[in-house]
Amino acid sequence: MKDFRTPLKKVEGLGSAHAGSGHWWHQRLTAIVNLLLIVWFAVSVVTLAGADYRTLVWWVKDPVVTVLLTLLIASVFYHLKLGLQVVIEDYVHDEAWKMTSLLLVSFLSAFFALLGIVMVLKISFGG
Amino acid sequence: MSQVQRPLSPHLQIWRWQMNMALSILHRASGIASALGALLLVWWVSAIALGPDYYEFFRSVMGSFIGRLVLFGVTLAVMAHLMTGIRHLLMDTGRLLEKDSAARIGPWLLLGALVLTLVVWAGAYHFAGLL
Repeated sequence: MKDFRTPLKKVEGLGSAHAGSGHWWHQRLTAIVNLLLIVWFAVSVVTLAGADYRTLVWWVKDPVVTVLLTLLIASVFYHLKLGLQVVIEDYVHDEAWKMTSLLLVSFLSAFFALLGIVMVLKISFGG
Repeated sequence: MSQVQRPLSPHLQIWRWQMNMALSILHRASGIASALGALLLVWWVSAIALGPDYYEFFRSVMGSFIGRLVLFGVTLAVMAHLMTGIRHLLMDTGRLLEKDSAARIGPWLLLGALVLTLVVWAGAYHFAGLL
């Protein structure tokens, strides 16, 4: 059978949607990271229930906790951006609305992810 | 030029409900609800960063009856998304794709989400000295 795909198309590996498998793969990677970090986070928050303000600050200041919280926020927001993007692509058919809502999801998820990370670092480096 | 009215493929309300579609829809719905949980997470760390007075305000809002109800709903959504997410990861490896295995796993995933949620809340109340 004759192959209609050019050598360039094959090398790019982007397929018919011109997006490749990056989105799919990143969604799976962040899913596994989220799974592990959410288990850690749930156990931590449960054992911290009822803790006073000073204990919470002391907990966040632990370098390992600072790193894991930063990773959790980054991974969760990247994952939810990828997920909401698919929902919008599936259900919003009007081209202008689709583009607007996709941009909004991208910007807002980046904004809140960075806000969360900056706040964690502020606690960690604060006096 | 007038638009030709082509027949559309049947949408959600046409099909009889079955476990596979219910889990798929639950995965999306719980994912969207979990995004609210991510915003609460950012609010929580922000509240700690902004000092004890602001944190007390955060506590009074999220510790109220409505606040706890929202938190319980978010916990349930995250746990449901976690369970149905494991289903998707297993499906990616070629498992759970047969009609009977796809239907059989459903109740266990739902039960798992409920049990995990109750364990988290019972644990939290226990460590807070209320249970």
